[in-house]
Amino acid sequence: MTDAGYDEWLDAIDDGEGYYLECPEGHGSLPPRRVCPHCSSTALEHASLPATGTVETFTICYVGGPDFEDEEPYATAIAEFGNVRLTGVVRGTDPEDVTVGMPVEPRIGTNRTTGDDLLVLRAR
Amino acid sequence: MTGVRVAGVGLTQFGRHPERTGRDLFGEAALAARDESTVPPADIESINYGNFMGSLSERQGHQAPLMAEMAGLQCPATRYEEACASAGVAVREAVRTVRSGEADVVLAGGCERMTNLSTADVTEALATAADELYEIRAGMTFPGAYALMARAYFEQFGGDREDLAHVAVKNHDNALPNEYAQFHRAITTDEVIEAPMVSEPIGLLDACPVTDGASALVLVSDEYAERNDLDAPVSITGSGQGGDNLALHDRADLAVTPATERAAAEAYDDAGCSADDVDLVEVHDCFTIAEVLAIEGLGFYDHGDGIGAARRGETTATGERPVNLSGGLKAKGHPVGATGGSQIAEMTRLLRGDHPNSEYVEDATLGVTHNAGGTVASAVVHVLEVDR
Repeated sequence: MTDAGYDEWLDAIDDGEGYYLECPEGHGSLPPRRVCPHCSSTALEHASLPATGTVETFTICYVGGPDFEDEEPYATAIAEFGNVRLTGVVRGTDPEDVTVGMPVEPRIGTNRTTGDDLLVLRAR
Repeated sequence: MTGVRVAGVGLTQFGRHPERTGRDLFGEAALAARDESTVPPADIESINYGNFMGSLSERQGHQAPLMAEMAGLQCPATRYEEACASAGVAVREAVRTVRSGEADVVLAGGCERMTNLSTADVTEALATAADELYEIRAGMTFPGAYALMARAYFEQFGGDREDLAHVAVKNHDNALPNEYAQFHRAITTDEVIEAPMVSEPIGLLDACPVTDGASALVLVSDEYAERNDLDAPVSITGSGQGGDNLALHDRADLAVTPATERAAAEAYDDAGCSADDVDLVEVHDCFTIAEVLAIEGLGFYDHGDGIGAARRGETTATGERPVNLSGGLKAKGHPVGATGGSQIAEMTRLLRGDHPNSEYVEDATLGVTHNAGGTVASAVVHVLEVDR
């Protein structure tokens, strides 16, 4: 399946050129999107995604869906990257060692079950 | 604008009925509601039907006309889908239809068949309430999403798993006498804390069960009730709905639920009441943390204070404002597309005095129901009042 807007965004992260969408008010959001979800501005421009983010919250999932059966247990986290947050699977450390405040870098990995691209938050 | 009365309610037993079809479940609930209301079938002008995952669990789309058949009605029927708030929205739209004068009688409710799926498949189906690109593909499950919110809450406001365990213990206690509840088993805080982890910090006993069930309500205008001399002492006097960004990471604050706040503000204003006037509540406790977020969002507690409410005994059956006297989603069960309707059915029974837990709220006049979809990207709040 092709998801225009999203696939290019993953590719950009994989190339080390990650971005997010920013409106003149400084609200961040993720593509594909035509309008800022926070203030309805249509003046969205690409802004550079910071190379490092900070884990704001996480969970260690022991019971996942069929697409993650080869991943369990795994940590899914929401990390803050300046004006935008990303949700991803934490790799590069054991799930039990993930902490709030931990620095992470966005990467593109592979879902071990489906072989699809996976947004990874790699522990620094 | 006419008032709206609950003329009859119908519920199936909530629980594991993997062999029963959705159509059979809803048919049972709809007939029960019709019977209780005494409204003749020809007077029912439309059906508002809530369902979330029937296209996945039964491979049955286009369910509403099928459910009209099962209810023995020839009127138009429409399916409403807002994940776990589907029936809440179906009821809300029925209230608006009756108030507008478009119809005098609407049958509203919902149904979900879930236990015919494996745990992995039901987890996958429920997860479709989240953002497919940005959350589901990152392994977010429904328990996982609430686990993310729970940890964010602990970080921001404090509290711990033991506080949450008191919510589960309370709701299991409340379900004990409820004939429609899935669980009739008292539990202890130790059992909750020691239960297997589903998605840390959400354990198995922090989570609602997987449930089959259906709910139905016959809603009528004041004039219809009076003209036909119906015994319908409970009115829906307020309705509100709130929304939020679908993905958790697109919310300003991960530990609060503005959609609930917006829905509550609208519903209270609609009914001419405030949070202080509320005697009892049925809230959307799909996970223990969800009850905490709900009672704060509904204005009963400041942010950070709700987590201790069950531990302090303020929300228990004998507390100052009982929460989830039915047992809640946690112990009564959560057939997602039916839940919003069942909350109003239970609140109606509690206020009328014919619920096994009515004895705890004999003087109550005003109750509130709160139904949420996904991680509260949708919320529906209703105010119910009884003639005393």
